[in-house]
Amino acid sequence: MTTTPARDVAARLGETFADYVPSLEGRDIVAIRPSYGLMIGGRERPAESGATITTIDPSTGAALSEVAEAGPADVDAAVDAARGAFERRWRDAAPRERSKLVFRLARLLQDRAREFAVLETLDGGKPIRESRDVDVPLAAAHFFYHAGWADKLQYAMPGMRARPLGVVGQIIPWNFPLMMAAWKLAPALACGNTVVLKPAETTPLTALLLAELVDEAGFPPGVVNVVTGAGATGSALVDHRGVDKIAFTGSTGVGKGILRALAGRDVRLTLELGGKGAHIVFDDAALDQAVEGIVDGIFFNQGHVCCAGSRLLVQESVADDLLGRLRRRMELLRVGDPLDKNTDVGAINSHAQLVRIREYVEGAVAEGCAVHQPQREIPSQGFYYPPTMVTDIGGSERIAREEVFGPVLTVQTFRTEAEAVARANSTRYGLSAGIWTEKGSRILWLANNLRAGVVWANTFNQFDPSSPFGGIRESGFGREGGRQGLEAYLELTPVRP
Amino acid sequence: MTTALVRDGDRLHGDALRAPLAVGGVDAVALASRAARLAGRSIKRESKSAGLELTVRCIDLTTLEGADTPGKVRALCMRALHPDPDDPGVPPVAAVCVYPSMVPYAVEYLGDSGVHVASVAGAFPSGQSDLAARLDEIRGAVADGAHEIDIVINRGALLSGHLDVVFDEVAAAKEACGDAHLKTILETGELGSYDQVRLASMIAMAAGSDVIKTSTGKLPVSATPPVALCMAEAIRDYEAQTGRAVGLKLAGGIRTSKQALGYLAIVAETLGTGWLTPGMFRFGASTLLNDVVLQMRFRATGRYARPDDLPVD
Repeated sequence: MTTTPARDVAARLGETFADYVPSLEGRDIVAIRPSYGLMIGGRERPAESGATITTIDPSTGAALSEVAEAGPADVDAAVDAARGAFERRWRDAAPRERSKLVFRLARLLQDRAREFAVLETLDGGKPIRESRDVDVPLAAAHFFYHAGWADKLQYAMPGMRARPLGVVGQIIPWNFPLMMAAWKLAPALACGNTVVLKPAETTPLTALLLAELVDEAGFPPGVVNVVTGAGATGSALVDHRGVDKIAFTGSTGVGKGILRALAGRDVRLTLELGGKGAHIVFDDAALDQAVEGIVDGIFFNQGHVCCAGSRLLVQESVADDLLGRLRRRMELLRVGDPLDKNTDVGAINSHAQLVRIREYVEGAVAEGCAVHQPQREIPSQGFYYPPTMVTDIGGSERIAREEVFGPVLTVQTFRTEAEAVARANSTRYGLSAGIWTEKGSRILWLANNLRAGVVWANTFNQFDPSSPFGGIRESGFGREGGRQGLEAYLELTPVRP
Repeated sequence: MTTALVRDGDRLHGDALRAPLAVGGVDAVALASRAARLAGRSIKRESKSAGLELTVRCIDLTTLEGADTPGKVRALCMRALHPDPDDPGVPPVAAVCVYPSMVPYAVEYLGDSGVHVASVAGAFPSGQSDLAARLDEIRGAVADGAHEIDIVINRGALLSGHLDVVFDEVAAAKEACGDAHLKTILETGELGSYDQVRLASMIAMAAGSDVIKTSTGKLPVSATPPVALCMAEAIRDYEAQTGRAVGLKLAGGIRTSKQALGYLAIVAETLGTGWLTPGMFRFGASTLLNDVVLQMRFRATGRYARPDDLPVD
């Protein structure tokens, strides 16, 4: 068949169009200072030891800024400041005042949404589309939601007198730095607690910028303190005798250590830990949409998601069809510059994490698994890992049982509903699960039988401040969001009639 | 000609189908989310220029009014041939789409320019008349020189469960078209769900349509990103099952360049760039063309032109 010139022109135009030339979000909106101190008692100051850590842009490996590394003395000062603010100002502040300030913080965050989105992407490597459309809006939504509860706590906890706990130490991870800060701060502040927040060492910048907004919103000094640093700083906070509660989101290993450290002490604890979420697809599912759910479940935020759907369980009768669609879809994923608005998968958060992901996949190959990665090139500079699908899995391999925390999906098949549930529950974790079927009764049966804190049906990775989130088993305990999430920050005593 | 066409679970069976055709379901929420993300692709510089020119090349410039006259059709054809009268570099559109009575005029005005004449036929837009009369209308338009025929499916039959009637009528229309291309309008705004859109797409393709098309443009809701994605996925699955590649036409409500580029992204990432040609993809539109030309002028000169600088019909 001969092609007409007009057809050639159109074909060339189509290729040029579909290449999507880079469309970069401007980074000038955010002014990153060369160094940042600790925020203690409303003042910024360096660590007493003078120690700093360098935070880098994982998309290039280049240094972004120096932040102070808090030691025990700094943590002590921060807890003192929080205690003073609690006893002198915040505990007795009128609930409507707390509500107003939390609301104001939400508004300020919205006002500067683009700045936060760019900073989050620069410091953490996630695609700008996600920080712009997910992280920042959800963070603001959490403050709005909890601003509403601040003066209505007696209605949230009927029959109970609700009082704040006191000083709360909050340790948050690097995968959603701003959003996790919001999930932690919003309920704590709305319930009348004061906070010492420890961001992750690779992603401290948005929490520090948020601390500036806390000040601008008019919170009394010392209500929110930020101590940056690595694991030792977190340990100093956990070990401090002046905290009334620890809230931790991070790995199961560290979570177990915290639980041990707090044993025998009168300190409340909530843990949101790892996961190995099962994503179950039945033969009657809307397959193209199930593929979208799988992609969002495991490649969203490079798979650095505790509730990621990292284990695909697909009904054997439809496995070939579904996996063919998934492979085709994976070819479309654009891995690259996180500031490009068309990037689907950004940079791996740190070199250490990149090494960990590589080891897991190499280990899977050594154990006889088959690995599929798309043809599309990934950048040679910076920390990148291609979207990966691992098949030929028995179930006992490390990659099938442990949390990879990267863009790596394992695939297994099942034959019946009972087998799907048995495989899904065959894990030490219990954070999330997803179901794809067009049959409603099946959704209800599975949701009752899956052991997971969150079960999504015909969708995945959906979050809302009004919906409690948290795990069971080795995924932790306690809930964040919703009325249930308030309990973690309140001392409840029955009201005598 | 009568064909038994039955739906068995999510498969269609019919004498005319060599093998059962799997239809499958659609999840509305996930479909809308994917469509929104694709339509929101950030198209800049060279990609935008290419997308704009491609849009012009893929437009079916349309007038479908009771008040259409030869004069109106002449103005439409002049715009079709020279979308930007000041810049001969802007290519002609793919086709001009008119009512059957206007086909002879469009054929005369367009001559051997290569711009096709498309005609709606078959009791457009409702389709609510006797089949023989509808087929006669198709044959008449083809005899008058139409290269392409846009028909509507029998939505009443589809919604009342008579899939065989829908299939048979499309198949009969295809036969009546002869060498002309058959573009079958599903009128998605009347179908009520994406499952029905997908089913109607599969029936229309199985019955021989060369192109499936969203809408008549006569309803408040016409082409939308989720509908476009739903039909594109059906086309892809039909090709996977049968080996036959069917075209897609989006019509109604597409007025701006930004919308058009979003739809091109949906097609590019669902069907591949092989579909980004006038042979496989069309926009049915009238006001869209001038907006695209204004954008092309801006790309070329760096200045915004006034809408009044361009001819209207």
